[in-house]
Amino acid sequence: MTKNPIAATAVSLLALGLAFGVTPAMAAKMDVTIGMQLEPPNLDPTGGAAAAIDEVVYANVFEGLTRFGSDGAILPALAESWEISDDGLVYTFKLHTGVKFHDGSDFNADDVKFSLDRARAEGSTNAQKALFADIASVDVVDPATVKVTLSKPNGSFLFNMAWGDAVIVAPETAADNAAKPVGTGPFTLTEWVKGDRVELGRYDGYWGTPVKLDKVTFKFISDPTAAFAAMMAGDLDAYPAFPAPENLVQFEADPRFKVITGSSEGETILAMNNKKPPLDNVKVREAIAHAIDRQAIIDGAMFGYGTPIGTHFAPHNPAYVDLTAQSAYDPEKSKALLAEAGVSDLTLSLKLPPPSYARRGGEIIAAQLREVGINTDITNVEWAQWLDDVFKAKNFDLTIVSHTEPMDIGIYARDDYYFQYGDPDFKAIMADLANATDPAKRTELMQAAQKKIADDYVNAYLFQLARAGVISAKLKGIWLNSPTQANDMTGVYWEE
Amino acid sequence: MTAYLLRRLLSLSLSLVAASLVIFLVMEVVPGDPASFMMGLNADPQAVAALRSQLGLDEPLPLRYIGWVAGLLQGDFGISYTYRVPVSELIAERVVISLPLTLYALALSTLIAFPAGILAASRRNSAADLTVMGATQLGVAIPNFWFAMILVLIFAVNLRWFSAGGFPGWEAGFWPAIKALTLPAIALALPQASILARVMRSSLIDTLNEDFMRTARAKGLSRGQALWRHALRNALIPVLTIIGLQFSFLLAGGIIIENVFYLPGLGRLAFQAITQRDLIVVRSVVILLVFAVIVVTFLVDLAYAAADPRLRRRRS
Repeated sequence: MTKNPIAATAVSLLALGLAFGVTPAMAAKMDVTIGMQLEPPNLDPTGGAAAAIDEVVYANVFEGLTRFGSDGAILPALAESWEISDDGLVYTFKLHTGVKFHDGSDFNADDVKFSLDRARAEGSTNAQKALFADIASVDVVDPATVKVTLSKPNGSFLFNMAWGDAVIVAPETAADNAAKPVGTGPFTLTEWVKGDRVELGRYDGYWGTPVKLDKVTFKFISDPTAAFAAMMAGDLDAYPAFPAPENLVQFEADPRFKVITGSSEGETILAMNNKKPPLDNVKVREAIAHAIDRQAIIDGAMFGYGTPIGTHFAPHNPAYVDLTAQSAYDPEKSKALLAEAGVSDLTLSLKLPPPSYARRGGEIIAAQLREVGINTDITNVEWAQWLDDVFKAKNFDLTIVSHTEPMDIGIYARDDYYFQYGDPDFKAIMADLANATDPAKRTELMQAAQKKIADDYVNAYLFQLARAGVISAKLKGIWLNSPTQANDMTGVYWEE
Repeated sequence: MTAYLLRRLLSLSLSLVAASLVIFLVMEVVPGDPASFMMGLNADPQAVAALRSQLGLDEPLPLRYIGWVAGLLQGDFGISYTYRVPVSELIAERVVISLPLTLYALALSTLIAFPAGILAASRRNSAADLTVMGATQLGVAIPNFWFAMILVLIFAVNLRWFSAGGFPGWEAGFWPAIKALTLPAIALALPQASILARVMRSSLIDTLNEDFMRTARAKGLSRGQALWRHALRNALIPVLTIIGLQFSFLLAGGIIIENVFYLPGLGRLAFQAITQRDLIVVRSVVILLVFAVIVVTFLVDLAYAAADPRLRRRRS
């Protein structure tokens, strides 16, 4: 044995690496690869709440009557235009003609009726069934016209129809959309390697403005270190919601990349169990709100990405009222309020789901609460456990969670919701809001609702989750804000 | 031999029954409801209930267990709660990554360990021996995920020879697929090779000190001839045991490496299914891994018998 076997092995491995190192010549880029943290469990947006479903298919594969623009505005989609009757009860939608589903069949008013009736039917598994609750009937007037009659006026009906859960599907293919999505969008599913990626290809029969990309690949990389390496190695062109904000500084320093930040619909709150003593005392809840230094949490847990909020409403919404001053950081006031409430030696449970805003934020909040004499008992839980224990069984005092659905202040009107508010006056405001169609009146009511929950200190409102990510410097047209959970690729292109 | 085989088969099936019961019950005790997980924070309670009954989650426990086992026996693993496709399809898609990765890593590990172990044992206390011992000490000490990240930094981020991870699929061709598995396989193989080389070395040293080795040398065989003809085969028994254990470990334990390289393998499927409470997938993957481990142990037993005729005689 004269040869050194280790050296021989190393040399052959090296040779193997060199042989693999050959890369094909770069052609004009017509495709884009997007990194995502979670893989969608299926691709049917009408049968589950997983955000990852909409992040792949919204606007790309499926379309609804209306849609969200990147600024959150409601734009026409499959409906070309609409008329609303004076009493606000009848919506007549004029549909685009010449629209085809990916299987080649024609889209018409029957598909709209089918989709809406299916979503609101008894036994429907649409996660956002409430969006359709006010629909009394859906009638086909002619193939290009559909009339939706509501049981009571609903000022947010057009907004509701823009959700991914309200997309239009065809009766022949609806049942198979989970694995073989058939929509009317500009992209169609070409391949899904489970656990690795979803590939969308351009649909040439698309009715609207043609898209500029041939192919979009969504790659699922949940580990932040792996995501960082994949971006750096050039395997990805963009990671619009990057899982580790601490790495963004490194991308900023690299001219190949651009860091993008925008707002999301995620109100991050320290939720309190409003029915559990002593948290049923508004003074105690107010004391907790004043004990919290929002900026310290944003800096410490989110590396500076996030906007402080004082109520459960997105700051980029025109109707938002800045109420952060009302619950400003004031430990002395907090101590005084606790004394006033006659509470001492308080220990509260704090249950933290996996995201870093909760786990890191929770540690900071625990330290801040200790400053005013409140001890916390921290438990880390998985999402499934959180849903069971906190959300369903309401077995908690405090928890941190980001509510990412758009315009979800209505959850405060629910009696049995996990933080157990359901105040009658608040419910009355929401009932008025549902009936109001006049924009000025609606704004006024939305602001009243924001003030009401801030006055009652239902939860401690922390910050609006930022959508921070990284994209290749030459990639244009990616959404900065996320008015809904989506990666709209219809306007994305490569700069020459 | 037949009686021995039958006994082994009976204990194999009893282990499987016990394992299936434990796996089923453990997943039942874990808090978390798949239906509410799928429907999210804003869901209508009626819709969640409708989904529960659609998934068959409202049936009584014993009925679901029997249904599951009866399905398994016919090769029907059920339908995944979250993906809504047959679990067997999901597993099949993942096995074609995990199994080749395991075999690739095992092959690399053996290719590195055998020559290194033999070299070290045959030239005991030489510089070569010390080098092998030092290198393997390091190999055992370095965690494979850390080594994996270093590989990614060097070969993917800096040199750009490889992708940082992912798997193009076998339909992309044999070489691209093998290329995607190369860094993960090296990361998995190195610590295993270190262990294996050390076992090979000490086992061979023990054998070289046996009386029959002296006899072989006395017969006139050179050191090298005696080693190749007599020592190696006798030293293989403990090495085979370790290889068997390593196969099971690599198949089930590739999960961390699969995460670092975002490979859609079995480990990641199980991990993802646990967080999503896709109970049926978790159960099926775990029972499959248990099955694989039991079968491999069985095969290793048979391999002993092949390597050492004395074991065969003792058992029959």
